[in-house]
Amino acid sequence: MAEAIRKGPRARDLKAMPGFKTVAWLCIIALYLPLAVLVIFSFNDNRSVVRWTEFSFRWYEAALSNDGIRNATWVSVKIAFVATVVATAAATMAALATTRTASFRGQGLAYGIINQPLMIPEIVTAIATLSLFALIKTATGVTGIGYLMAAHTAFCIPFAFMPIRARLEDMTLVLEQAGADLYATPWQTFRHITLPLLMPGIVAGAMLAFVVSLDDVIITLMVAGPGETTLPIYILGAIRRGITPEINAVSTILVGVSVLLVVLLFFVQRRMEK
Amino acid sequence: MPETSNATQSTRSDRAAISARSLVKTFGAGENAVHALKNVDIDIRENEFFTLLGPSGCGKTTLLRMIAGFELPTSGTILLDGQEITALPPYKRPVNTVFQSYALFPHMTVAENIGFGLKMLGRPADNVQGRVEKMLALVQLEAMANRRTDQLSGGQQQRVALARALAPEPKVLLLDEPLAALDLKLRKNMQLELKSLQAETGITFVFVTHDQEEALTMSDRIAVMRSGEILQIGAPKDIYERPTHRFVADFIGDINILEGEIAGAGGGTAQVRLKDGTTISARLAEGMAQTGPAAVAIRPEAARIAGQGETADLTGTLENVVYFGAASYLHLRLNSGEEFVLRQPGGLDGHDLSRGARLGIAIQPGRARVLE
Ligand SMILES: Nc1ncnc2c1ncn2[C@@H]1O[C@H](COP(=O)(O)OP(=O)(O)OP(=O)(O)O)[C@@H](O)[C@H]1O
Ligand SMILES: [Mg+2]
Repeated sequence: MAEAIRKGPRARDLKAMPGFKTVAWLCIIALYLPLAVLVIFSFNDNRSVVRWTEFSFRWYEAALSNDGIRNATWVSVKIAFVATVVATAAATMAALATTRTASFRGQGLAYGIINQPLMIPEIVTAIATLSLFALIKTATGVTGIGYLMAAHTAFCIPFAFMPIRARLEDMTLVLEQAGADLYATPWQTFRHITLPLLMPGIVAGAMLAFVVSLDDVIITLMVAGPGETTLPIYILGAIRRGITPEINAVSTILVGVSVLLVVLLFFVQRRMEK
Repeated sequence: MPETSNATQSTRSDRAAISARSLVKTFGAGENAVHALKNVDIDIRENEFFTLLGPSGCGKTTLLRMIAGFELPTSGTILLDGQEITALPPYKRPVNTVFQSYALFPHMTVAENIGFGLKMLGRPADNVQGRVEKMLALVQLEAMANRRTDQLSGGQQQRVALARALAPEPKVLLLDEPLAALDLKLRKNMQLELKSLQAETGITFVFVTHDQEEALTMSDRIAVMRSGEILQIGAPKDIYERPTHRFVADFIGDINILEGEIAGAGGGTAQVRLKDGTTISARLAEGMAQTGPAAVAIRPEAARIAGQGETADLTGTLENVVYFGAASYLHLRLNSGEEFVLRQPGGLDGHDLSRGARLGIAIQPGRARVLE
């Protein structure tokens, strides 16, 4: 009785719909069965990724002591870190400019331009970036990992932008007006009111940017110079030589890291919104 | 118009805290233009409880936001203590606002909220601390100092908003329907609290409401607004007893408005011939037209049933009696077809109050008024 009252009528209605459970379970299976297979076989004490023999950590040991994997991880983290910091800062400014300034001509256009990279096929962006960088390289003679970082920063911006802008749109202007009313200069209002309230959005944007950068294959493949192998690129190369449980182990670690990030994000946001 | 409030409130000065001169605000342009304020002139005095009263959309919030600095006027000027502040940003004005939604900072404690203004003004921390404690005591929230604001009830949030706005000791406090979200009982309590806070602090309050009763009970003076214009400014008594404008009369309290034509005028009094042929005398405010069609306003409590042998000013047919104990409201139909309501104090004995009875109506001398 108390249970029914607490859950309310809506909660029961949805569950009572015919086939609701079946569909829900199909979705969950489609999403997580492949992952489960990947994780299970990373613990297989055998070279095969389809025939289970015995539980072991040997592929994790192999992966962690593999110099190729270690270098690739380091490159990935470096690039993701730089791209995240720069993209999040840029996205925050863009979000403020499109929501917190007096509306200006071309505001809608600016919004469109920021989000456009999400619509353009990644391969096109990749080729475009490659062409531009080739031009710059021949003109200046400068090479290095900076190009890859710049490319990652660029495609991370719209991902960081989305949650930040969403958060800003949810925040009513009246709090900032209250700040100004209480003698806070525009900078103080930003520092003491807008920024703290925006933090959950910024953290979400940063984490999204980090994951997207860590994940990227196509643009990296095009832009990366010699020796600039990121983890996904390394995995791709390794698969060409045949899937080994070592790859499963690395992938499982990647999955673990993203799950950790999501859980962290959840707690950070809950703490800040409390 | 005589100022009845000045005699009793000798501490008030007549110096203006806030003045608006020919203030115009138009939103949008061309066909879609909204004329939120059309040429508003107003002087709000030091230390007074001033109320902007009017129906939804009449421009109350717009006027308040321009005084606070959130909105620039299309034309006209705003003065604070005689200094022009029309274009000054909000953070440079010694004016604080109590927002209708309270707008408390959710990431700060009650004490941090209250101290925010002083901190932004650069006051030393111990100074801020002392003032915050004083404000907490003033609004009786000492026990809540370290709570987050979302753990407070509506009434408590309201008091935090008040304390936060009062802490920096502004010259003028703006309150935009601050009681609208509270239930009736809390609302009545807060009305009293607000009124005594204003008296205690001596700060000029500019209060917005569309509740006429609230305006009458709390204010030193009221400005009645309609569609971007101020129709009448005066003490509650002036506005209630001497409305100069038909809208004001109708908006505030119950009133009978009878149509007629001025038959003769002189000495501040007009003889108005009503539609049913009777002529009654009504006060004519200075500067009003001495001829032509006119409406006469009579409050229900300014009329009673004419006694035996007394000459009646009006005659009507009784339609309905609503008994309220201390008084009864009698609904009569005049020969012209107009309805007339009167408030008959005391018992109803000695009168024929059957439906359809013909009754004479006596109007207190001087209480019938001609409206613009
Ligand atoms: N930013 C704006 N843009 C366009 N029109 C506006 C804007 N702000 C107010 N208005 C219009 O100006 C008029 C006055 O609005 P205002 O908010 O001052 O009314 P109000 O008297 O406070 O009403 P309420 O009692 O409903 O709060 C309204 O017609 C409103 O639609
Ligand atoms: Mg309003």
